[in-house]
Amino acid sequence: MTTVTETHEDTQEHGMSDAGYIKIAVILALITALEVSTYYVDFGPLFMPALLIMMVVKFVMVVSYFMHLKFDSKIFSFLFYTGLGLAIFVYCTFLATFKFFIA
Amino acid sequence: MADIATHDTDHATDHGHHSSTGLSNNKLAMWLFLGSECLLFGGLISTYMLYRGRVQNGPHPSQIYDIPFTSVSSFVLLMSSLTMVLAVSSAHRKDDSKTNLWLLITGLLGATFVGGQVYEFTTFYREGLGFTTSLFSSSFYSLTGFHGVHVSVGVIMLMSLMGIIKKGKITGDKAEVVELIGLYWHFVDVVWIIIFTLVYLIPS
Repeated sequence: MTTVTETHEDTQEHGMSDAGYIKIAVILALITALEVSTYYVDFGPLFMPALLIMMVVKFVMVVSYFMHLKFDSKIFSFLFYTGLGLAIFVYCTFLATFKFFIA
Repeated sequence: MADIATHDTDHATDHGHHSSTGLSNNKLAMWLFLGSECLLFGGLISTYMLYRGRVQNGPHPSQIYDIPFTSVSSFVLLMSSLTMVLAVSSAHRKDDSKTNLWLLITGLLGATFVGGQVYEFTTFYREGLGFTTSLFSSSFYSLTGFHGVHVSVGVIMLMSLMGIIKKGKITGDKAEVVELIGLYWHFVDVVWIIIFTLVYLIPS
């Protein structure tokens, strides 16, 4: 029972203050503004990698801080990232298969 | 000893059921559900990526996408994630009035996003992009439509949660219930982060 109590209290005590959440939201808004700017400004060969990196950074920030995955049990991370990993695997296999057939 | 037993019973009543790992069953189930949702959206996004260049009839993506409008919608949904996390934070502090206020703002921002999507779909349809016009249009409407349905379900859950909190009908850990709906809401937001980049910002 002690383990249960401690684990749950740990989960509640971790996380961030409201000011911390607002800071994260401001960073997310700035990254979004930067993403949108790629539509108007020519970033040349950096266009695609920059967009993908910004997308991944935003994704990780929301999942880690707003969804508390950074502060919660690793089991939650395992469940979520397994699903995400499988989805990426399916996506790659899907596209590779169609490319193969088209070729 | 008796005090410890009473404390343990109270704690169990307050925070619901826990698995043998010491984690909340509800939270475990929600993360499992979100993991499976990744597969659903993974399939829809891959289908779109495959078919986005297949435009036999009707307008091409670059001809119809309104990036400034979608950027504002994305910003609205992103800010709803902030208000949702503030609602969870208030719920942990047992501040019901602030929790309800943040839930209301989150619901309104979500409804604004859905309204924007309905407007976008209507505009696209008027410009000649029906569901069966091309492979691009089918995959686009399926992907963004499924996401829109998820946001709508989220708005309904937020409004229902507000009603339940007001009536004081939540038994057990109220903060955990708010957190679970928050997890769903943030997931909907992260899916849009991917859709916004892959569908709207990267040209086909």
